[in-house]
Amino acid sequence: MTAPSTGSRSNPARNPLRDPQDRRLPRLAGPCGLVIFGVTGDLARKKLMPAVYDLANRGLLPPGFALVGFARRDWANQDFARIVHDAVKEHARTPFREEVWDQLCEGFRFVSGDFADDAAFDRLRQVIAELDDVRGTRANHAFYLSIPPRFFPDVVGQLKEHGLAEQHDGSWRRVVVEKPFGSDLESARRLNAVVSEVFPPESVFRIDHYLGKETVQNILAMRFANSMFEPVWNSNYVDSVQITMAEDIGIGGRAGYYDGIGAARDVIQNHLLQLMALIAMEEPTSFDAQSLRIEKQKVLAAIERPRRLDLGTARGQYAAGWAGGVKVQGYTEEEDIPDDSRTETYAALRLTVATRRWAGVPFYLRAGKRLGRRVTEVAVIFKRAPHLPFTETATEELGHNALVIRVQPDEGVTLRFGSKVPGTAMEIRDVNMDFAYGGSFVESSPEAYERLILDVLLGEPPLFPQYQEVELSWQILDPIVEYWARKGRPEPYPAGTWGPESADRMLGRDGRAWRRS
Amino acid sequence: MTITLTDTDASAIASELLLARRRAGSPSMGMVLTLVVDVAEAEADDAMRAAAAASTEHPARVLGVIRGSVRGTDRIAAEIRIGSGATGETVLLRLGGEVAEHAESVVLPLLLPDSPVVIWWPTKSPDDPVADPLGSLAQRRITDAAAAPRGKAAALWTQCEHYADGNTDLAWTRITGWRALLAAALDQFPAKVTAGQVSAERVSPSADLLGAWLADRLKIDVDRTTSRGPGITSVSLSTRDGEIAINRPDGRLALFSGPGQPDRPVALKRRETAELLAEELRRLDPDDIYEATVKSLLRIHKRAAESRA
Repeated sequence: MTAPSTGSRSNPARNPLRDPQDRRLPRLAGPCGLVIFGVTGDLARKKLMPAVYDLANRGLLPPGFALVGFARRDWANQDFARIVHDAVKEHARTPFREEVWDQLCEGFRFVSGDFADDAAFDRLRQVIAELDDVRGTRANHAFYLSIPPRFFPDVVGQLKEHGLAEQHDGSWRRVVVEKPFGSDLESARRLNAVVSEVFPPESVFRIDHYLGKETVQNILAMRFANSMFEPVWNSNYVDSVQITMAEDIGIGGRAGYYDGIGAARDVIQNHLLQLMALIAMEEPTSFDAQSLRIEKQKVLAAIERPRRLDLGTARGQYAAGWAGGVKVQGYTEEEDIPDDSRTETYAALRLTVATRRWAGVPFYLRAGKRLGRRVTEVAVIFKRAPHLPFTETATEELGHNALVIRVQPDEGVTLRFGSKVPGTAMEIRDVNMDFAYGGSFVESSPEAYERLILDVLLGEPPLFPQYQEVELSWQILDPIVEYWARKGRPEPYPAGTWGPESADRMLGRDGRAWRRS
Repeated sequence: MTITLTDTDASAIASELLLARRRAGSPSMGMVLTLVVDVAEAEADDAMRAAAAASTEHPARVLGVIRGSVRGTDRIAAEIRIGSGATGETVLLRLGGEVAEHAESVVLPLLLPDSPVVIWWPTKSPDDPVADPLGSLAQRRITDAAAAPRGKAAALWTQCEHYADGNTDLAWTRITGWRALLAAALDQFPAKVTAGQVSAERVSPSADLLGAWLADRLKIDVDRTTSRGPGITSVSLSTRDGEIAINRPDGRLALFSGPGQPDRPVALKRRETAELLAEELRRLDPDDIYEATVKSLLRIHKRAAESRA
């Protein structure tokens, strides 16, 4: 992800102190500020504020960086600074250092108000002008909408009305939106219309924090920097691919958002389909944003749903049970969830990719809550050797070779293959070869949000899905969700297990089984 | 877990390393490089601690080599440390007798297969690192002119004269933060720089390198002035629009000022050795920019010598 694209960053070729060979020099954002809407939310406190501090601590933020909070609280700047201070102390990855805090805290501002409140946005405009003056942010500001999508029209409209979205010569204004990017194709289009009416496409940054994870970026490095994986990365050798995103927790405090959305819309539409695109896409001609998007869009457009949705999909809803030694309640017993909720907390799909490379290779995607343990991984499962010159008893315990990319936790790669059991008899059993990310590189690799916020400030878009990708993913998912909506309640599964039986039957019909992740 | 071997040799140490790993229940190794630390007994503790800290970012087999007196019979003692919170493996070798002059023969069999080898001289370093028997095993050789026991200014000069691909000096690593800020400053004020000034304590190899880097990149003369420190205290660049300056009087928090802009504080702390070492281990290919800076420094020195003569 090199090649700085357009944006306010001055051309490094013109700066004699920069040199592509000089890789010690970090990419530092130019003078700018970040405005966070919904600054009282969990995401802002647990992820965004600590990420801003960690970036400053690593020396990646410009001197004079400004952070503006906007929320309906009666806070002064100092109150806001204290909130940030506490959030940083509790959640930052890097140790707290006084001098870094001194650098940051002079740039903290708070604007109190409602999203419909004209006066508040007027104040925001003044605050931004004052920051340009005092901190030298040079009219470069990013607006981070850490708020539910239903408020987008209000906020974006206000930004436009108060002239906050206007970019003058040399300066930039960017808007950052978090998933969900709509809840179906229709709403995604509406949402996009709202945002794109005010901001040009290159100024809209959609954050899918999965794409900022080191392990996800490593998928591209692994596939395209090595010679040993690509030759077998096709239907001649690959039997199937399983992509899993399992959570051991329930819905917690997200009832209001989760009910009516469900697992498929919540994570399959974005995280899992993006992972699948990275696994299945062809090699981009270069690693700039444009080439990457072209390949991702191509493969997303080639993804096909199962012909029979009843046989090729499965869904479930967790019921009361024991999860990891704790007695937990079922989904419908959770607070604020109606007794007759039809929302699925587990979803599994069988997708195929209509290309020469992947013809006939099923991609099994599953995501769910209250499953056996928390794990996100991609398992590429290979065909068995066409001929085994051993007796049947010798290879009884030999399964399929597999390459497992562990996205989280315990980031790394596992290669699973057969090996002789020591002893006189010829007996072959599966063994694992492990590469642990934490073991071979940085003990604490940067948080996804650090990378993503920095990329927003630098104006580097490769890690952000573009609207077309969002639209393509909804096109894949919409008919499935609509089909489910007609079919009554999802099948219950006990909390703490690996999902409903229908999901096991779905793979059983293909003669396969889910990996016990 | 610490295992002490006395009167031993490289192959016994190697098999003890393997055994220790097995006993710890993890026969696989995720180490990415071997770091050889050539150090004197008195500084060994600090150096090994810094190396261990750096190896949390780059899991490494750290081989500390302490060369004792060459008199008496040959003696090799090894202190092997594995697990208990540390990543990688640490071996501290104490050599005495004739073998002290052939340390490379002990180190060579203990290098990780295929992985890069880095050598670090925490204080005193050989004049020509690549010609050193231990140095020649490594593809990256880290010296530290500022830590030379005496003649710090001359130490950097000697290192520059003997520069070879793969050499680097912690005095150079120490100025990455300054360089990043200065580059960012020119991103913001893309005006032509006409003159520069670096101010630091009297002997500061880092300040010399910073001045040489600016002179090389900007094609200007850089004044070197003396301050009370600590380390580098200020850098300023003159442009037609005004002066860009970074002042750091306390070695901690700097003040950044530019033409027509408000002054802004920026954290610019002097870093610990472990952090510097970790930065060095991040890239193991020759540092072209350092090479260009070294050449620039040699030119500046030569010119200064000629004008004195």
